[in-house]
Amino acid sequence: MLIVRLLFKNAFRHKFRAFLTILSITIAILAFVMLRTVIGAWYAGVEASSASRLVSRNAVSIIFPLPLSYKDRIRQVEGVRLVSYGNWFGGIYIDEKNFFANFAVEPGSYLELYPEYVLSPREREAFLKDRKAFAAGRKLAAKYGWKIGDMVTLRGTIYPGNWDFVLRAIYRGKTDSVDETQFFFHWDYLNETMKKTAPSRADEVGFYMIGVDHPDLSSTVTTTIDRTFKNSWAETLTETEKAFQQGFIAMSGAIITAIEIVSFVVIFIMLAVVANTMAMTTRERIGEYAILKTLGFGGWAIGGLIAGESVIISLCGCIAGIALAFPAAAGFKKALGMYFPIFSVETPSLVMAFIASLAVGILAAIVPIRRAIAIRIADGLRRIG
Amino acid sequence: MEEKPIIVHAEHVKKSYRRGQHIIPVLEDITLCIREGRFLALMGPSGSGKSTLLNLIAGIDRVDSGAIRVDGIDITALSETELAVWRATHVGFIFQFYNLIPVLTAYENIELPLHLMRLTAKERQLHVETALQVVNLSDRMDHYPAQLSGGEQQRVAIARALITDPAILVADEPTGDLDRRSAEDVLNLMARLNEESGKTIIMVTHDPRAAQRAQILLHLEKGVLTDADCQAPF
Amino acid sequence: MFALFPYSLRNLWTRRLTTVLTASGMALVVFVFAAILMLARGLEETLIQTGSTDNVIVIRKGSVSEVQSGIERGQAAIVESLPYIASGRDGKSLIVKELLVLVGLPKRDTGKISHVSIRGTQGHALLLRPQIRLIAGRLPRPGSFEMLAGSSIARRFKGGGLREELYCGMRHWQIVGIFDAGNSGFDSEIWGDADQVMQAFRRPVYSSVTFKLREVKDLDIVRRTIEEDPRLSLEAKRETLYYAEQSEMMAKFLRILGISLTVIFSLGAMIGAMITMYASVATRTAEIGTLRALGFGRRYILTAFLMESLLLGLVGGCAGLFFASFMQLLTISTINFQTFSELAFRFTLTADIALKALFFSLFMGFIGGFLPAVRASRMKIIDALRAA
Repeated sequence: MLIVRLLFKNAFRHKFRAFLTILSITIAILAFVMLRTVIGAWYAGVEASSASRLVSRNAVSIIFPLPLSYKDRIRQVEGVRLVSYGNWFGGIYIDEKNFFANFAVEPGSYLELYPEYVLSPREREAFLKDRKAFAAGRKLAAKYGWKIGDMVTLRGTIYPGNWDFVLRAIYRGKTDSVDETQFFFHWDYLNETMKKTAPSRADEVGFYMIGVDHPDLSSTVTTTIDRTFKNSWAETLTETEKAFQQGFIAMSGAIITAIEIVSFVVIFIMLAVVANTMAMTTRERIGEYAILKTLGFGGWAIGGLIAGESVIISLCGCIAGIALAFPAAAGFKKALGMYFPIFSVETPSLVMAFIASLAVGILAAIVPIRRAIAIRIADGLRRIG
Repeated sequence: MEEKPIIVHAEHVKKSYRRGQHIIPVLEDITLCIREGRFLALMGPSGSGKSTLLNLIAGIDRVDSGAIRVDGIDITALSETELAVWRATHVGFIFQFYNLIPVLTAYENIELPLHLMRLTAKERQLHVETALQVVNLSDRMDHYPAQLSGGEQQRVAIARALITDPAILVADEPTGDLDRRSAEDVLNLMARLNEESGKTIIMVTHDPRAAQRAQILLHLEKGVLTDADCQAPF
Repeated sequence: MFALFPYSLRNLWTRRLTTVLTASGMALVVFVFAAILMLARGLEETLIQTGSTDNVIVIRKGSVSEVQSGIERGQAAIVESLPYIASGRDGKSLIVKELLVLVGLPKRDTGKISHVSIRGTQGHALLLRPQIRLIAGRLPRPGSFEMLAGSSIARRFKGGGLREELYCGMRHWQIVGIFDAGNSGFDSEIWGDADQVMQAFRRPVYSSVTFKLREVKDLDIVRRTIEEDPRLSLEAKRETLYYAEQSEMMAKFLRILGISLTVIFSLGAMIGAMITMYASVATRTAEIGTLRALGFGRRYILTAFLMESLLLGLVGGCAGLFFASFMQLLTISTINFQTFSELAFRFTLTADIALKALFFSLFMGFIGGFLPAVRASRMKIIDALRAA
């Protein structure tokens, strides 16, 4: 343990410089962890989705509807436990800045299909009873300060006009990974209104949500459903919820790749700073290394000293950065929770940060070690005087 | 012999340093008068304050009390900025470790003080080349300090010190880091400057050989200058 | 005044490794900064170039984009009858009634599906959009299953090339021509006959109506006439404005993301510069004392060291910008959050972005070097000299 104490003492010999270097690393690691968490959050939808739920939509184009009459035929397919349906509403609350997912669903079957949305029995009943009711996730309601009984108006974009809703239920997620920012209301409310204002658009469903008896049956059920409707008025494309989410993510693949690249750029910045500090420190102490050589210490010992010091600085910064990442993520979640409903620091990010810091510590020491080993004793000693 | 005017007049100068809680007195009560054209050596044991006195006369440190007049100007009354300007034109420095700027050539080092004056590039060139000839280093003018020997570096420093034709030259252990041969060369140069050009030189030194070359030898002991007052100026 | 510039430059050159490392840190930050600004600009330029200032686009009131909009034939006919529409050389009105459909097509390189816009339009659509040129093949015959593909689609998607076939809407469509729409959004679209598209996809309504104004000044009258007509529930916009709005959300997202990332990264790089400059000051303490003794004032010392760190910033900034400029060779293809459809755009470097990047790097150099420079200037001469 003497070695470790020695390394620490060496690392902090020049306290101010060590502090600045560690500060720089802390910031870099913090940025790194946050970026990886953002990437994780992007994929969170996939994680939260279930393999025993299927999504069925118009095969031709996602913006085209399916007829309501498909409901019964889907239910008759072997392996199907439950069928629900809904339409993406895309309404605007006050102005475009307030973005959240809002859609019309068949309320009873939808809640049954999503047991991870937990409602109190009283609120569930109130929601099911009132056709103009809507249910909101806990985070969403908190953000806008909605209370049970409040009336909320959405401006329709796909379905024009101003639509009034009454908050009858607030759901919370069974686990941390459940999205608590959704807004859903009665499909019948939408449909009845359409029947009156634009009858040609009535009885049309945006997507079917299908629950299967067992996840293993997913692939057979998807094939059967699509085969049933092939060559009909509206062909279906059915896939597991997971595959559906992944499809969306893949479309913004370029952006995600860019963020990944940027997260590695920050590691290189860190490397530049630590390498610089080690280069300067080694240059100043070159006389000492010459003395060590006269005493008989070989290249490995000297290399170890320098690398050890570098790694200690790196790891100190890493630990500080990781420690700060948690409160930072909490703050981030508060500010941008709407765009990233699930946002938490995951262990893989921390492991990557640790490995990166270790690597930086070692790489930063390479050039200084070479210089220290190469110095001739006489030259080194002369530099002390 | 016609008496030259008094060029340095220090009166009742006191100086002490603060180290944490303690106040350490360095110069007790110094009064000193030096005539123009003198070559004066200040000697004394370590900690006697000789470098401090030199620094005060050169205007790079401030007295606690008392006054110092150089070439008629009371430097203790000058502001920081005025003092900087004064130093540029009235004092030439020669340090023990030469203190040349490593990234500048010999020529550029000598030219350095001239940038504080309003001269054209041609005028500067003239001055520098003359100074190089005086110290006998015209052939090394494009070399960097790292490429010069100790003696040569000190000669460059002397050229730099002379370039603005200052009132006084102050030297702090000028031969302290030189071998015998180079020390000889440097001291010869200084003696020549004093005899031929009438430069006033105040030198602090440990080296008895260096002290020998000076006209006047003063001893500083625990902050007190023995045998010095302005009734009988040096 | 003594030439500070060569003095600072030479000092940086003497400690080359340190200079390179510090400048590299700053270069990386500038690279990210510039790249993101270039991306946002590229996105905007793509969408701004889409559209002409004398065209008006009409969509259903309240829909944010063509995709959500629906205009019935009767309503379209009413718009067509307005007197403000310009006529082409053949005397026919320069107006198109278009249906936009999003279709999932597989990409050539990854095979992954992305949503592509298929625009059912009429033959004279090209007359309304002079920035588009046919570069291969020919125009589709009216009423046929032939289609034109934008060059970006032809490159990137299976079945989108000349003489290739697409299968969608339960029909086979042949690509008979490729058009180049420059950097605009149209380059990521496939165009076909509106009536055939409407039939194939069973959509009896149009998404939008676009026409060229006879006189540009008529825009306001036209807008009011359309929006106040009780038979229609439509809104009218200048085409360029419509497309500019489409990019707003994404461009804003990119800029905010970019700037916050860069600020955080720059802290790391600035600290790196600070470490370097403090070390520089410490190493040259005797030199500082000498210069002060010779008569150079405090302000001179401050300026000399600041100049050094500014130079570091400048070198880093130029390097970062240099590498960022190579990003212009890349094309990004992704989904536009607002319209949900595929969009391809490039990194665009403008003089404005270059200046911002350089200014930012100088700023980093300044902040990093300021405190050390102050320390250098505040040293007492005798303390500095004693360190020799």
